[in-house]
Amino acid sequence: MGLMKKKWQRRHIVEAFIKFMMRVSLVIVAGALGLILWIVIVRGLPALSWDMVTKIPEGGYYMGKGGGILNAILGSLYLAAGGTLLAMIFSVPIAMYLKTYLGESKWGHYVRLSLDVLWGIPSIVYGAFGFTLMIALGIRASLLAGIIILALIELPIMTRAMDEVIRRMPVDLEHAALALGSTKFEVALRVVTRQMLPGITTAILLGFGRGIGDAASVLFTAGYTDRIPTSLMRPTASLPLAVFFQLGSPYPEVQQRGYAAALILTIIVLAVSLGSRWLSARLNKYTIK
Amino acid sequence: MDTHIQVKNLNVYYGKQQALKDINIEIPKNQITVIMGPSGCGKTTLLKSLNRFLELTDGTRIEGEVLVDEQNIYAREVDVTEVRKVVGLLAQRPSPLPMSIYDNVVYGMNIHKLKKDRKEYKAAVRHYLEIAGLWDEVHKRMHDPATSLSIGQQQRLCLARGLAVEPEIILGDEPTSALDPISSQNIESRLIELKQQYTTVIVTHTLRQAKRLADYVIYMYLGEVIEAGPAKEVFSNPQHERTRAYLEGQI
Repeated sequence: MGLMKKKWQRRHIVEAFIKFMMRVSLVIVAGALGLILWIVIVRGLPALSWDMVTKIPEGGYYMGKGGGILNAILGSLYLAAGGTLLAMIFSVPIAMYLKTYLGESKWGHYVRLSLDVLWGIPSIVYGAFGFTLMIALGIRASLLAGIIILALIELPIMTRAMDEVIRRMPVDLEHAALALGSTKFEVALRVVTRQMLPGITTAILLGFGRGIGDAASVLFTAGYTDRIPTSLMRPTASLPLAVFFQLGSPYPEVQQRGYAAALILTIIVLAVSLGSRWLSARLNKYTIK
Repeated sequence: MDTHIQVKNLNVYYGKQQALKDINIEIPKNQITVIMGPSGCGKTTLLKSLNRFLELTDGTRIEGEVLVDEQNIYAREVDVTEVRKVVGLLAQRPSPLPMSIYDNVVYGMNIHKLKKDRKEYKAAVRHYLEIAGLWDEVHKRMHDPATSLSIGQQQRLCLARGLAVEPEIILGDEPTSALDPISSQNIESRLIELKQQYTTVIVTHTLRQAKRLADYVIYMYLGEVIEAGPAKEVFSNPQHERTRAYLEGQI
């Protein structure tokens, strides 16, 4: 039985230590997430009421203790949905083009590099860029300007996420479709897209998540208002800014409303994320693993 | 001999390395031609020159002509998708498309617009699955993912899918090497059944399979065709020393 007994050698100690450190990192990350949710729920839940999600603010967004933040909820949904849609219109063809025609060539490398650089630019810079452009063109802060700037922020994220998914496409699959006499475009449209749809859904969600949570860029470009957005050409409120302004208020009641706004934002992001997971699980049924 | 494919002065280079050296062969119509030889001798390269698959690899240079029904498939005015419609390929490993069993068979017919309506497609799917010997196993689950089939079934699905685009020629790149013995035998008997209607070219590295299938044999060594001729003659009385050595198991 001497063979079976564990001898505490150096390599066993190293393994135990590494495993312990991995668990510590996991606890830190999970703990941080739990703490954020806890604070948002504990502080926001008491202020969360039916009024919050169905009415616009009474007495101004910065000082008002009555009404709700329907203006910001709708504003954020319009901004993020519009931005995501606009970014999709451009990023799907770019990702397809990268895969189908540029591949791993020099130009493909340059395009990927510029997208990665764009990904790294802070959103306040996008905001300032948008603002400068708007002044030059004589455009006021508006829903449309916010949508365009969010689309610019989301574009590199979505394109690169899709590109990575598409690059992992099994090459056999393409050859199988080509062997049947498909054109490259048919391969892209009918085979690559189908195989990649779950991954593409995830990429779109990634863009949407970034868009709906972004405060700095919409501060410059979409402005803020107590009114419900009715036109692309008028300013609009957004949830991140609602959180920001209300937390900055000297009144504790208004601050609490800020946490409630944060809770609503979290719930929206969670719902979208769970919904897309369900969708991609369904789409995954036919993909080749 | 009724020639279907004629390869003339074919040279293929991967970068600077020459993979095929001055190939001149004729492949008979509606028979099974087997290309054999030790690994790395250019069997697959020769096979893939017949459906223009070589050009999918970067840095490949192709010289010479491949004539199918006397038309050079490498000619400038030839549409590569038409070539691949006429010359089908059964790959080494089955690779079903990311869709249902039914849609896999429909795919090729659909891109080439071979049928008019749903009814015709449905009938055609049944027809080709029956030819591939898969209908009885799958007709109750046509809308399941193709990946839910076993590897052997997947290869028969790929055969049905390939036949559905109405090719004249079937290429097989060691089409049974990933399969279990029973599935391999199944594919082999399909190919023998089909040779009346299709010109078939198979690459294999197993001599026994070559003997079971071949009507016509091409023996290759180091990128060259050493010997080609009717299977009976080559197997019983090889003209070349190298072929004899291979058949006796020395290479």
